[in-house]
Amino acid sequence: MMLSPFVNPKIFEHDVEAVPTRNGYGEGVVAAGKKNSNVVVLCCDLTESTRSLAFQKEFPDRFFEIGVAEQNMAGMSAGMAACGKIPFIASYAVFSPGRNWDQIRVSIAYSDLNVKIMGAHAGISVGPDGATHQALEDMAIMRVLPHMVVLAPCDVHETRKAVLAAAEYNGPVYIRFTREKTPIITMDNAPFEIGKALVLSEGTDVTLIACGPLVYEALLAAKELEAEGIRAEVINCPSVKPLDTATILKSVRKTRRVVTIEEHQITGGLFGAIAEFLSSRFPVPILPVGMPNVFGESGEPDELLEKYEMKADRIIAQVHRLLHAAK
Amino acid sequence: MVVLQNTISKIEKAATDIRIAIIDMLLEAGSGHSAGPLGMADVFAALYFNIARIDPKKPWDEKRDRIILSNGHICPVWYATLAQRGFFPKKELLTLRKLGSRLQGHPHRASLPGIENTGGPLGQGLSQALGIALALRLNKSRSRVFCLMSDGEQEEGQTWEAIMCAGKYRVSNLTAIIDRNNIQIDGPTESIMPLEPIADKYMSFNWHVIEVDGHNVRQIIEACDEAAAIREKPTLILAHTIPGKGVDFMENDYLWHGKPPNKAEARRALHELRTLRGHIMSEHE
Repeated sequence: MMLSPFVNPKIFEHDVEAVPTRNGYGEGVVAAGKKNSNVVVLCCDLTESTRSLAFQKEFPDRFFEIGVAEQNMAGMSAGMAACGKIPFIASYAVFSPGRNWDQIRVSIAYSDLNVKIMGAHAGISVGPDGATHQALEDMAIMRVLPHMVVLAPCDVHETRKAVLAAAEYNGPVYIRFTREKTPIITMDNAPFEIGKALVLSEGTDVTLIACGPLVYEALLAAKELEAEGIRAEVINCPSVKPLDTATILKSVRKTRRVVTIEEHQITGGLFGAIAEFLSSRFPVPILPVGMPNVFGESGEPDELLEKYEMKADRIIAQVHRLLHAAK
Repeated sequence: MVVLQNTISKIEKAATDIRIAIIDMLLEAGSGHSAGPLGMADVFAALYFNIARIDPKKPWDEKRDRIILSNGHICPVWYATLAQRGFFPKKELLTLRKLGSRLQGHPHRASLPGIENTGGPLGQGLSQALGIALALRLNKSRSRVFCLMSDGEQEEGQTWEAIMCAGKYRVSNLTAIIDRNNIQIDGPTESIMPLEPIADKYMSFNWHVIEVDGHNVRQIIEACDEAAAIREKPTLILAHTIPGKGVDFMENDYLWHGKPPNKAEARRALHELRTLRGHIMSEHE
């Protein structure tokens, strides 16, 4: 398997280093704050677990504790952005953008204000907290808003770069990150740009397009498929909106079949974005790996990813279905 | 500060002109809200013609005071006031709610000079205003923020999130003004959802509260002066108003909350406004 030089060479080792992607937000927002004194952070009573704490310690005057009031936080950030600030608003993704979608729609997106929405603990892997706290719809509800950028970085490095890119970008951005420790997939020097995807491994038989920490499962699947003689191309697609249509099109023209992988409902997220694009530009069969239109439940992250079929074996099964259908 | 009678008269004249423009706009648009915009004409005139530090020639000047409209549905009064004050040509007022117009049915931030925020879905303006007030404070700006709200939107939970947070951050550069006209779409506020005692509620959240007659320009100006002198607290001005003020058949009738006048009603309304206080005695039916 030909891995891109931007992939961690230890990726397939059992002791591959694992760090929560939320740490990348914590590091990134402090770095952004050092670069630009207009960066401010607002948080809703989740300062430690969203990793906003480092910013609060570094820049106490530019940190605002809003309490458990996500709607007010969104509206306040709009007001701050209207005065030239670059607010990062942090909470769990189920609350922000879950609870405050209308405020994000009206006060931020329609107003085209420069607010960065940080959705922590996204996906089913938040685990034992159960379905109420498992954000599996956040990318869908952000993706439908005009002006909004939607990013789902795959590891701690990419999250840090996404946060820095969001700070530089003028306009509303949503970034989701996760609670659990997940493998470091990319190298520190891997490029990151809003609207760009990265081919992690080249192949000719099927394109696996993944976002978030499940990119790791896509790589595991590609490795196993290789043993069967199936060459899968793996694309890391952190920019769910805007999509890197050129990279996707180039790959799919070659492979003519796609599996999408995301820790999100299969409606409205990455699968939706890829299917919408390809159906009008280059229609090919696409199968999803993701949450099949049901709510989650309590359990350990790995148990849940297994039960709701978001691991490598499910990706492989979907590839087999596509290849079988082609014969 | 002593406010000269001459100043008051000029503001009152501006308010009448604003009301006339509102009726003209609503008739032309064929939809929109009547009662709220008419009821707030005196507050808008006082803010834009006297209280706020604003310059129509430099509408986005960093040093300007910010005027935020939370209950966006009364935007005809905002548009009419801005045009009257010279922010954009008055003839554009007749494009209200029409395709391609800068005068959207509910205000869209920066679509026109002076439109500081997007509003419409109720309860969002106070949070926006609070964010602006805190950002101005970070910037060591001396600008003030005025947030105009309806009484009905005090029913929104977000409003109370913002009231609580403004009390916490002691934003003395923030002055909220509630249009206390006692009506909302479905009827009188106190039967839809009792709001009283509004003043006590705000005070308990660490706000300074002033009650005024919302049609008394002198009282409005003096209350805003008092708010400027209050330290360590945001101020609420509870402005008691008559919905539909200036047009007798609209006054205090909640059925006029959400509809425009037809042609005959507009003619009656305009006649009443134009002859008001003998400004134009020769007006014909």
